[in-house]
Amino acid sequence: MTETTAAGTPPDERLVRVGPLSRLLTRPDIGALLGAIAVFLAFAYFARAVDWLSDPGIAAGWTDQAAQYGIVAVPVALLMIGGEFDLSAGVMIGSSGLLLGYLTTFQDMNVWPAILLVLLFGLVIGFINGITVVKTKLPSFIVTLATFFVLQGVNAAGTLKLTGQTAIQDIDTASGFESARRLFAGDLTHYDFKVKVLWWIGLTIVGAWLLAKTRFGNWIYSAGGEPNSARNVGVPVARTKIMLFMMTSGTAALMGIIEALELRSMQAKEGIGLEFIFIICAVVGGCLLTGGFGSVIGTFFGAAMLGMVQLGIVDSQWDSNWTFTFQGGILFAAVMLNTLIRSRAQKAR
Amino acid sequence: MTLAHLLEAEHISKYYGNVVALKDISMHVDAGEVTCILGDNGAGKSSFIKLLSGVHQPDAGRLLVEGEEVRFGSPRDARARGIATVYQDLAMVPLMSIWRNFFLGAEPRKGVRPLRWFDAAKAKRIVHRELREMGIDIRDPDQPVGTLSGGERQSVAIARAVYFGARVLILDEPTSALGVKQAGVVLKYILQARDRGVAVIFITHNPHHAHPVGDRFVILNRGQSLGAYEKTEIDRQELVRLMAGGSELAELEHELEAIKAEVG
Repeated sequence: MTETTAAGTPPDERLVRVGPLSRLLTRPDIGALLGAIAVFLAFAYFARAVDWLSDPGIAAGWTDQAAQYGIVAVPVALLMIGGEFDLSAGVMIGSSGLLLGYLTTFQDMNVWPAILLVLLFGLVIGFINGITVVKTKLPSFIVTLATFFVLQGVNAAGTLKLTGQTAIQDIDTASGFESARRLFAGDLTHYDFKVKVLWWIGLTIVGAWLLAKTRFGNWIYSAGGEPNSARNVGVPVARTKIMLFMMTSGTAALMGIIEALELRSMQAKEGIGLEFIFIICAVVGGCLLTGGFGSVIGTFFGAAMLGMVQLGIVDSQWDSNWTFTFQGGILFAAVMLNTLIRSRAQKAR
Repeated sequence: MTLAHLLEAEHISKYYGNVVALKDISMHVDAGEVTCILGDNGAGKSSFIKLLSGVHQPDAGRLLVEGEEVRFGSPRDARARGIATVYQDLAMVPLMSIWRNFFLGAEPRKGVRPLRWFDAAKAKRIVHRELREMGIDIRDPDQPVGTLSGGERQSVAIARAVYFGARVLILDEPTSALGVKQAGVVLKYILQARDRGVAVIFITHNPHHAHPVGDRFVILNRGQSLGAYEKTEIDRQELVRLMAGGSELAELEHELEAIKAEVG
């Protein structure tokens, strides 16, 4: 939109004409996009032994990995913008997958109703996290750390007691398995692209729309930015935060379902460690640890970047243990860049 | 019975445990008027606002809106009666844009249930219009509130309250953290709001800010009222003297002279 001040008024003298580049640099998601492009081009060089740039099989590999991170990173980013953390988001993937396995193999349930129960389970755990944080006013870091450890123990002990092993097997023997697998964990027709990637893109679009274009999105920003001010003007801050926790655990449950259907079995320690990857994706995407600022689109690029690193290191024939070092480096670089971008966005122009 | 006031507090007291925060305070405000609540730090100004805005409930005395006794269980109840409060530090969310802040908690929406979204174009249009009508000069509604000066923030918060139909506007120390010029700007918007028929309750510790805009002055000291005065009954000197409790007057006057010289 062009200048709409009253006719005849000259443009405000305090408004310096801002070049498109510096205007772009006040957006939280640009850093992540530039980073993703940089990582992509870097591996075009380092992984030149494979056809990194144009082999669809390679792209299918890293997008699969990126979707693994990016699906849950969407609600984790919203939660962080809302001013809270969820450290139980990783272990919830394991718990949900194991629950699906238990219901379908030990209770002989059809996969479809089992999926509904697992999603409900995710929402309930999220509700418990949320209500505990809101009522006790304890840091969510501590509350969800407790949830994390409780679930970790339940996953390991429960699986061992049920199966005598560390995994629940043979989920594909359940009725309804094939149809559910097609929707959640199938291949798209060409080049082994996973349907999971569509879930990732879809959830990103929904999350970005929610944040930018809805009343709830406005409440998320305010709940993380200045909860007291928000409460003063009538924003239901507690309800907003509880909803965010439910979305996070619910999406982790969805991820557990996807993994269980894809792998046809579920390991007891599945998902552990991913909670930090989700947070890295969100931080790379421009989310502040203190809340109130961030981007779902940026988080999408953050997940893409981490997916590329994971596969690129293998394709470059490096020791895959370097992945962690790369992830740490990306996190650090992203935080530095975000601090810069935020101070540009916040300071008087 | 006399004509009912828009908002009236009658013999209000508030205790926190064995601490007497407020004792027997009365005041009123009507549409198109400014009532100033003056007091030094610890005089009970904050406690008084919290009672008026529904954050706390009085332990004795009554609140009346248009002559009808009310009990606010929460700030939401007070807002429902048209009583809006603008807090000094907690008026806005700094990282959010002006238009997002303006409509926070009352976002205009369009679309069909259950798929409804925040009508951003409408929000921006209204913000632009409202701020201009209040004569508030902001650069760009898209800029984060954190980039505004303190005075601009207070002004936008006042415009917001007026737009959302506040009949009584409670301002908590809107000028205290501001420079002389900035404070003047905020005082101007207080008068703007008054001229639009809003009843304003202006809480401050600064008699020099209160006197030019106030129609009525209630002076608090250590939780007690030192009296309520109409503008015709009290001049600025007397207001300053009452505020300072008389004793430190000489020292204060000396300081004020220095300030006056500075302002020129």
